[in-house]
Amino acid sequence: MLTKKVKNRILFLIFIFLLSVVTVFFIIKSLKNNILYFSSPTEIKKKEDIQFGKAMRVGGMVKKKSITINKKNIQFIVTDFENEILISYSGTVPNLFAEEKGVVAEGRLRDKNFFIADRILAKHDENYMPPEIKEIIEKNVK
Amino acid sequence: MLSNIGISLVILVLVLSFSTIYAASLDLKISNRFISENIYKLSLFQTTFTILSFFTLIIGFINSDFSLINVYENSHTTKPFFYKIAGAWGNHEGSLLLWVNILVIFSYLFLVFNHTHNKQFRLYTLIVQNILILGFLFFLLLNSNPFNSIYPIPPEGMGLNPILQDPALAIHPPLLYVGFVGCSIYFSAAIGSLLSNYDGKLFARSIKTWVKISWCFQTLGIIVGSIWAYYELGWGGFWFWDPVENASLLPWFAITALMHSLIVLEKRNTLYSWVIVLCLLTFILSVTGTFLVRSGILNSVHTFASDPSRGIYILVFLSLMIFSALIIFFSKNHNENYNFNLKSREIFILTNNWFMAFFLLTVLIGMLYPIFLDVLTNKKISVGPPFFNIVIIPLVVPFMFLMAIGPKFGWIKSKNKIFYKSLLLSLGAVAINLFIFYFFGKYSFLSNLIFTAAIFLILYSFLDIIDSINKRTKFEFPRAISHLGFGMLVFFIGINHQFSTEEDFNLKIGEVKKTTNYEINFEKIEIKESKNYKSVTGIFKLINLKNSSIQNLNPEIRIYSSPETLTYEAAIKTKITSDLYLTMSNVSRSDFYNIKFQKKPFMIWIWISAFIISLGGFVQLTLKKNED
Repeated sequence: MLTKKVKNRILFLIFIFLLSVVTVFFIIKSLKNNILYFSSPTEIKKKEDIQFGKAMRVGGMVKKKSITINKKNIQFIVTDFENEILISYSGTVPNLFAEEKGVVAEGRLRDKNFFIADRILAKHDENYMPPEIKEIIEKNVK
Repeated sequence: MLSNIGISLVILVLVLSFSTIYAASLDLKISNRFISENIYKLSLFQTTFTILSFFTLIIGFINSDFSLINVYENSHTTKPFFYKIAGAWGNHEGSLLLWVNILVIFSYLFLVFNHTHNKQFRLYTLIVQNILILGFLFFLLLNSNPFNSIYPIPPEGMGLNPILQDPALAIHPPLLYVGFVGCSIYFSAAIGSLLSNYDGKLFARSIKTWVKISWCFQTLGIIVGSIWAYYELGWGGFWFWDPVENASLLPWFAITALMHSLIVLEKRNTLYSWVIVLCLLTFILSVTGTFLVRSGILNSVHTFASDPSRGIYILVFLSLMIFSALIIFFSKNHNENYNFNLKSREIFILTNNWFMAFFLLTVLIGMLYPIFLDVLTNKKISVGPPFFNIVIIPLVVPFMFLMAIGPKFGWIKSKNKIFYKSLLLSLGAVAINLFIFYFFGKYSFLSNLIFTAAIFLILYSFLDIIDSINKRTKFEFPRAISHLGFGMLVFFIGINHQFSTEEDFNLKIGEVKKTTNYEINFEKIEIKESKNYKSVTGIFKLINLKNSSIQNLNPEIRIYSSPETLTYEAAIKTKITSDLYLTMSNVSRSDFYNIKFQKKPFMIWIWISAFIISLGGFVQLTLKKNED
């Protein structure tokens, strides 16, 4: 027979265990709903089951002479030297945003060629390139 | 020349570290109460020489001695004097030397200030701390030596990244480092206590002050970093759930949990093992954070020049540290009796720990999941701020309620005497919340709960402060201040989040933009030459349409020459009730300037609240031991 003390302790441990399972489950579940996938323009072209409303990231190089600005927003083309996508954004761009530099845009796809960005990320260091973009460029430019 | 002096000093510290370990292990066998004088001397010499080596590096930076690679890569003759000094720790190698400095200084101070404690315990702590020092010294010498020289000597340096040339970021690393590296001393003390079978209560007493010091500095460091992000990054936000920020938050959760459960260990002499685990965890998380940031594994918006070889060294060192700590922990396992009454302060402190563990786990998973997924499936993902907000924010509500009433419960067992007061105050909180809801704007049910809980905590802590002044119970005072600060922080972040407005648009010089409350006139730009940069200043006139008051805002675009970089300086008009925030940027020299205009209510109160949190810690440090 188990004494009352041991019983209590076992109950306590089971309680803690269940609590942590629920906690981790809860965390993982919200994680699944809130991850941003990173895609290159080529990946977007090839992909068939795109969810257009879902937030995601697109990255590549800003194409030369593709930046146009009007009263409302900035539009520019991001290329991975194979495929391109048009990005529209309103707001200030980071200081390292420029033609022929790496850029990551966060936002939603309108269709396969048009992306509306909520946020533009460029890195603080001019020599730095986001690893994702580096990979794409190494693949496509040889 | 400086290179040789610096390296000799570092090697001297290394030798002294070995000698201290040797002398301490000899002294362990002598069974008297006092630690041998020689060990004090060794430790004092060690401290002196590390500080000297750091000064050597600073002198190198002040004199722009480009024979040091480190100075050449991170400094420039035209850089302002203040940033020349700050440049010494604004880079990887220099900051590692600062890291070693803090390890050594804390080691010495711990030895001196804990003279009433058991000799064995102090000696073991000293040995473990010196092993840590050795680990980082070898890393410094073999991989990241700030004193490496370069020949031929270059005539001019490459300059410090302009974005780092900022007063907040100059003091940010030292603050954060005292916080992070300060944790090392109770990591060592925890192992020392296990090895010497030291009494839990006395152990708690010996590390209490050190935990508070590092907590205060960590808190300050995080705030300063966040303020910097607010005005320098130009997004108008202050917390981005960026991996680097998360890395600094992890040890903070652990240390906050530790600070609370340490009280239980001190007063009730229980929870020993848990406190030890937290002591180990705090420092391990600090080192892990550094490892993830410096190795470039974390893909962050902030950049640190990263180098994978550093990562491997820190990883090996970290694994060794964790494994040996775990082996010692399990081989010296303590049998403890946990007997807690549900209505006792202990339970509330444990609940606090549960929340801290939950927050920690959430941030850790959010931070590491992308790395795992990348390694396993080669998919690139990032975890957005919504994840952290969804998981963490709802839990802040019960957390704040418990935080308010927890401290009212006595040790061991207490009665329900606080019931009516809590009921009254929660009704008051609901009323205030409804007032804001009806008169200033509608918000979601969750926001209602958050505001109510935050107001409840503010009211409760405020009454506690008044109580402790009236009754002269000083020990309640710092706690109430910090809790008040936390309540205010959540409250003002909530207000700020609910009532901020943002407008993004592009303007040509001379154009006018009308928003709902403001008319924004972009009058002209002025071009100025400064010492190490050229600036383009936008002259904006803002007319408030409600009361037709006029504000001038002058955002800048700065073009630095060394290294050639562009930065955008936001124009911020801070008032007690709100901040006006305007940034201007220009892409590919077009006629249009991109403007982001934000009105952020009670922005300054977010900083004030955060400072109040850390103020509580500093006040506690000033209390005398017997009043504590």
